[in-house]
Order: sequence, then structure tokens, then C-alpha cells
Amino acid sequence: MPSVAHSAAHSTAQYIKIFYILLALTILEVSIVYTGLPRMFLVGLLVILAVWKAALVAMHFMHLKFEKTLLSIVAIVPFVLCVFLILMLLPDIFPR
Amino acid sequence: MSEAVAMHAGAEPAEAPLTPESWGKLGMWLFLAGDAMSFGGLIVGYGILRHASKTWPVPSHTLGINLTAVMTFLLIVSSVTMVLALAAIQEDDKRRFKKFMGFTILGGLTFLGCQAYEWTHLIGHVLPEHNLSFTKDLFATTFFILTGFHGMHVTGGVIYNSAVLAAVSRGRYQAKHVEIAGLYWHFVDLVWILIFTFVYLL
Repeated sequence: MPSVAHSAAHSTAQYIKIFYILLALTILEVSIVYTGLPRMFLVGLLVILAVWKAALVAMHFMHLKFEKTLLSIVAIVPFVLCVFLILMLLPDIFPR
Repeated sequence: MSEAVAMHAGAEPAEAPLTPESWGKLGMWLFLAGDAMSFGGLIVGYGILRHASKTWPVPSHTLGINLTAVMTFLLIVSSVTMVLALAAIQEDDKRRFKKFMGFTILGGLTFLGCQAYEWTHLIGHVLPEHNLSFTKDLFATTFFILTGFHGMHVTGGVIYNSAVLAAVSRGRYQAKHVEIAGLYWHFVDLVWILIFTFVYLL
């Protein structure tokens, strides 16, 4: 399976496709900042778009989609720890 | 990739042991995981300081997000040229590799140029107007620490990529080395995507 995914002609087209998706998402991000949506909605939407873009880069450009599970586990650890960090700091973020 | 094909030709075990060529990748991923935690700590810290502050300047009014949108675009493009450079070296096309790797390095340098301009503009004009400055208030301090830490990573990436380009030109590095350098470069792009959202857009 990994060797098929790496066949060059195939992947070049795929890379270009990912580029256009990233570009479209970036334009979308910048334009919704100017729309004056409700703050909570805006924050949620922007965070989802950012995580989506980051995942596209990791899965396709960094090949996580085609790699062994071990590398994905290594990659996911810091995100789990960051969520943990936020949870541990919740008492300080919202006192009492 | 022919040897990789040969290695995978047999039955694919559910959890195959690492192949020799993947040790370098694992090493880079472990480094990136640690680096991601540095960035994660800084971004979470930024979020908590911002949440706890009574007032916080609106970033899109103060920082000017049009230039940084262009910078985001630059890094995404340089990520694409990086994967195209990898695809070229995997096909043993050194000429095309050098072209795309050159574009990648140029993209990184242009990004740094934009950031230098942005910082100069902010320090010289925008921040004094709002009575903000580094170490004097949390907005400017967290901004310069986050973007500065990332900018240093871009600088490191440009040097790294230049070294890889030189080593491939001399025939000392092959596709697997380019792939590892690519992981670092894409990580820098990935982190900027997050910084762009959290520092500039929100």
C-alpha cells in the first residue's frame, strides 16, 4: 500500500490538489474574520479550519496517512498532552 | 523506491518492525513531537494570558492580517515545492530536485523578509501608536515570543534545506535524507497555520 501511494505521477497530482484545498481554506479563514460573525461562532469555526489545515499538511505532505502507525502515535502525543495541559490549567482559567 | 517496494512485496504484517530507512524518520518525528510541545506550551500560555487579561487589542486591527495571509500562502507554497522536490529526487531527477528545492529555500527567505518588514513596521509605527511594546504588555510580548520562536525555526529550516541541497548536489544525500528534511519543513508550515489562526485571526 505505501509503495502505491508513493508512485510519483500519482502523488504529484495529489499534492497539487492538497495545495488548492489549503489555499481555499486560507482564503475562507481570512474572509470570515471580516464578516463580523458572533465571537463564539467565529472562534469555533477558525479553530476547526486551522486543525483541518494542519491535519492535511500532516497526513499528505508529511505522509502520515501512508506511514506505519507508530509515527502517527508519536505525532499525536504532543496534541494529547496539550489538551491535558489545558485541562490541568482549567481551575486557573476559570477560578472557582 | 525500488528497495522499499521489495521490502513491502511480502505479506504486510499488521505491525511491521521499522525498516532501516525509517529510523531517521522516527528520529525526526520524535524531535518534532518535543518541538510541538514547546510550541504547544507557548500557544496554551498565550491563550490563558489572553483569557485572563481585562483588555486585549483586536489582532486584526493592530497586526494587519493581509501581509500575514500572504506569508501563510508563501509557506504553503514552499511546502508544496518541498514535496515536489522530494518527488523529483525519488525519480532520480536531480535537475528538477534542485529547481524545486531552490524555490523552497527562496520561499523561506521571502517569508523571513516579510517577517522582518512586519516586525520593523510594528515596532516603529503601529505598536507605539497603541502604547504597546515588548516586555511592557502581554499582547506585544506574547506576539514577539511566539512569532520569533517560529521565525527562528524558519531560519533553521532555510539553513537545513540549503545544506541538504548542497549535499544532494555533491551526491552525498539521497531521497531519504530529503524526506526527513521535508518533515521538518512541513512541521514549520503546520505550526505557522496554527499561529496564524491563534495570534492573528482570533
